[in-house]
Amino acid sequence: MTDQQIIELELRSLRVREHIIRMSTDGGCFIGASLSCTDILVYLYSKALNVSPSLLQDPNRDYLLLSKGHDVPALYGTLAELGFISEERLKNHLKTNDSIYWHPNRKIPGVEFHSGSLGHLLSVSIGIALDIKMRGGKNRVFVVLGDGELNEGSIWEGLLVASAYKLDNLVIIVDRNEFQANIKTEELIPLESIDNKFKAFGCWVKRINGHDFEQLENALTQIPFTAERPNVVIADTVRGKGLPSIERRADRWFVNFSHKEVEMLLDELHGEKMSELTAETLMVR
Amino acid sequence: MNYEEKLKEISEYNQNLVVMTAENRAAIRNLPEILGKRFIDVGITEQTMIGAAAGLALRGRIPIVHALATFLTLRAFEFIRTDVGIGNLPVKLVGGVPGFLSEANGPTHQAIEDVSLMRGIPNMRVFCPADHEELVEGLPQIIEDKSPWYVRYTTLQPIVKHYDKFVIGKAEILGDGLDVALLTYGFMTKESWRAKEILEKKGISVRFINMRTLKPIDTEAIINAAKECTLLVTIEDHFLTGGLFSIVGEIFLKHSLRSNVLPIALEHQWFKPALLHDVLAYEGFTGEQIASKIAVHLHNLEKGIETELHEKHVEPIL
Repeated sequence: MTDQQIIELELRSLRVREHIIRMSTDGGCFIGASLSCTDILVYLYSKALNVSPSLLQDPNRDYLLLSKGHDVPALYGTLAELGFISEERLKNHLKTNDSIYWHPNRKIPGVEFHSGSLGHLLSVSIGIALDIKMRGGKNRVFVVLGDGELNEGSIWEGLLVASAYKLDNLVIIVDRNEFQANIKTEELIPLESIDNKFKAFGCWVKRINGHDFEQLENALTQIPFTAERPNVVIADTVRGKGLPSIERRADRWFVNFSHKEVEMLLDELHGEKMSELTAETLMVR
Repeated sequence: MNYEEKLKEISEYNQNLVVMTAENRAAIRNLPEILGKRFIDVGITEQTMIGAAAGLALRGRIPIVHALATFLTLRAFEFIRTDVGIGNLPVKLVGGVPGFLSEANGPTHQAIEDVSLMRGIPNMRVFCPADHEELVEGLPQIIEDKSPWYVRYTTLQPIVKHYDKFVIGKAEILGDGLDVALLTYGFMTKESWRAKEILEKKGISVRFINMRTLKPIDTEAIINAAKECTLLVTIEDHFLTGGLFSIVGEIFLKHSLRSNVLPIALEHQWFKPALLHDVLAYEGFTGEQIASKIAVHLHNLEKGIETELHEKHVEPIL
């Protein structure tokens, strides 16, 4: 990947993060998890996925499913940047005149399936991947899981099935931001070594820095990692990435900032000083 | 033609049909060989099966999924409600050994709240065939219909000849009696029919209503029975809550109707696990017992005596 390409991706990520910050007021959003997966989604839609606004009905398109649906502001922002929806439409966030709410749904062009309840879309992705195999297709199914989501038994049940059916067209990306909703994963239900858990379930695993576009490229241009095995990318990320006043903070799960705070955060994103955030805007949902 | 043969026949003209199971092949033993890749056994993973069925449906498939009714509707409930229900996807859920058919398995295997759960999901429809013949006759329409469906599977042989063609939302009405209307579905049609014969011998006229689909429900058949018959009896191998008795109650409220209704359902507890005919006798669900309850109730109605519906407190079976 050239330096120019990396700069373009970084600029796109910056714009998506601006969209996320703007969605964190007037009702708010799950900002931390959105910021941690931003670079992953920007990379996937910009470079990896064979999908575009004109291919949304094409059975040969690549699929992306967001299983941890609460990070959907990152997807809304990415879809706006890639022209699936207008940027203007993001202003309808949480408004009754549109369907841009806290979890994804199929009324948004580019959203393949609704989510919100954790542990669902791996099995839905398995169904899509099975059908692609049955029809001899070459397209791939990407599913983004949260690390906290790995607590759900349905994930491990699904992995058994994905391995049994040799779904090497299935790409599981774990946004490893180290947090459950309100607490660090390793302090509550430890997950490490995640790599070995997935390997033991028959997957081929790569572990990368989920904010490094070159590492994302190196991993995601090699699918299938090995024939007849589900692909797993564990992307180490930072919850709240891009905003030091939010990064790795357990109390920045769901936020509803004031307009003034949004302006401060936008400045902070562009390298200005850390924002002074008031406790009242930090909520637990 | 049996269920399996019917699925084979449909799969030949409908290439989108896929058959899935969570390792329960009782009804579909010969299909793996016939369907090849269109037969998917996910092992004992009911949640994954439903999620994967939703994914297959997104790709244009019509998945017919199989598991024991209790594990299908309970273990995978949230996946059914969230993936299939919210998605309004054409996934057909076929539940094995529902109601009394789980016999001696015990309460873990007793699907007697399945109708209540499934009909509570928006978009979901419910088919409770009286026997295997009706199941096979209704199957093409259920598969063709764009909605998700829950089907109470049965291998029971018919006890009456079905003259009326199967139509979604239409009950099969046998007889035009005015004393008692027997409203039933699925497995209990057999014992209910026996009750009808006994009552008729006693000179009581009976209207027999096999509901066939519980959602959509044949509202007209129920309203007419309420208006024309002295007593309505709902008979079901299901908990009192949320089944046919509840459906009748909902229709009555909606249409400001009032009538005499005797429910015969499981009221207090899971049923006594035993062989089928012993279960029926123990729980009071044989045709003879049903007929006798109805006769007593009718007599009391005539005399103006209130029948004690909650007749016994059943001890927990475990």
